[in-house]
Amino acid sequence: MSLLRTTPLNAFHRRHGGRMVDFAGWDMPVQYQSILEEHKAVRARCGLFDVSHMGEADVKGPEALQFLQRLVTNDCAKLFPGRVLYTVMCYPHGGVVDDLLVYMRGEGDYLLCINAGNIAKDIAWMQEQARGFNCTVTDRSDDYAQLAIQGPTAAALVQTLTKTNLAGIKYYHFAQGEVAGVKCIISRTGYTGEDGVELYCATADSVRLAEAVVAAGGPFGLELTGLGARDSLRLEAGFPLYGHEITDQITPITAGLGWVVKFDKGPFIGSDVLKAEKEKGFAKKIVFFKTGDRRIVRAGTPVLNPAGAVVGTVVSGTLSPMLNEAIGSALVEAAAAREPLAVDIRGTRLNLSLVKPPFVNLKKS
Amino acid sequence: MSNIPPDLKYAKSHEWLKVAADGTATVGITDYAQSSLGDITFVQLPKVGAALKAGEAFGVVESVKAASDVYAPVAGTVLEVNKALDTNPEKLNQAPHTDAWIMKLKLANPADAAGLLGAADYAKLVG
Repeated sequence: MSLLRTTPLNAFHRRHGGRMVDFAGWDMPVQYQSILEEHKAVRARCGLFDVSHMGEADVKGPEALQFLQRLVTNDCAKLFPGRVLYTVMCYPHGGVVDDLLVYMRGEGDYLLCINAGNIAKDIAWMQEQARGFNCTVTDRSDDYAQLAIQGPTAAALVQTLTKTNLAGIKYYHFAQGEVAGVKCIISRTGYTGEDGVELYCATADSVRLAEAVVAAGGPFGLELTGLGARDSLRLEAGFPLYGHEITDQITPITAGLGWVVKFDKGPFIGSDVLKAEKEKGFAKKIVFFKTGDRRIVRAGTPVLNPAGAVVGTVVSGTLSPMLNEAIGSALVEAAAAREPLAVDIRGTRLNLSLVKPPFVNLKKS
Repeated sequence: MSNIPPDLKYAKSHEWLKVAADGTATVGITDYAQSSLGDITFVQLPKVGAALKAGEAFGVVESVKAASDVYAPVAGTVLEVNKALDTNPEKLNQAPHTDAWIMKLKLANPADAAGLLGAADYAKLVG
């Protein structure tokens, strides 16, 4: 018996040759043909990702906004119906519970999108924190499937399947509409650094929607794309992944996500600790690097200073299919980041060139 | 299904060996190996002149997924390495039994190859 969870598209993936792996307890396609080719297809044309494993939660009630302002670090008061916000939520010690998207559907009516591996933990945390607020937190993860169509031709492809004017929905905005006759939340968001959409639909409708996207995809160069390409695309774009650049031991300040931490909105969970960290300076920081070499610098590799002492650890690493060299991120002592850093890969010392991501030029809408 | 050419000898660690009449042999990794590894991104070749023992790690084949040692199927001395893999490691995904050979060996004892698996037994191993 398999203990892996499956998305409603599991049979779809197998029918289309997906190579299935265990991802955070989910049976998901890591690739269909080639991670490198799928990655390049998303940068050049477009790809279809099943991201139905992602979790969703409703936050509803008269005090939903007050609760969210307390829960997350970014300022939800800036939201209006149809607007999406990227944020993190922290523990009192400043470590990250999860990163998430907050969708405002209306007054006192929000939808959150959370990481697959964190669903149970996040729901329990949010319900506990919601005590005392006149609002409810409801796990909707089993009700929604989610498809991401990403790449420069993605919007044009989806436009052939919907009457909703996609050009009228700006980046980090969304609308409710029908795509291929399926009721969807059409969100101009993504995790690749490319233009595109993420479609949230009812679980039962997802295979029909995916098949319609595939059927319409030919003229737009659509490829089916797996989680392998999703990871290399997000790293090339410089986006954090929970469990890597952000964890319950890495604060958003350390992770370089200070832009989603808004102290002027009033106190929130972890705000005292994060404020002190920001003002006093932080002991460690996440840096992004490339090496000029094809050897992949994998998570867990020690980062060395010129004297050869360990001053940090690699947290993500892959080969950039666009740059054709290894790229990655590392958690290093902040003071050490001013010196040349290096890693030792099977006896070869490789110098890290620090890079402010994205690693490649991106043209988001 | 993996491609398993009948004229090659196979190691349980998924390298192939093709013996020539002059006591030299060509070594590579199998179609099954490249398919399991996925996109190959880097190949660390051995040094020409290196004397390898049977079962000794002689290089590394790295994919997006993992870095894997590759092992000498039999003892021998490295005569030549396939430099094309330095710049085009993805050839290992495309032609693992032909263009993307990894090294040529002067066998320490040409009879050693008889101890390796034939195509039918290798097919059972990866079946």
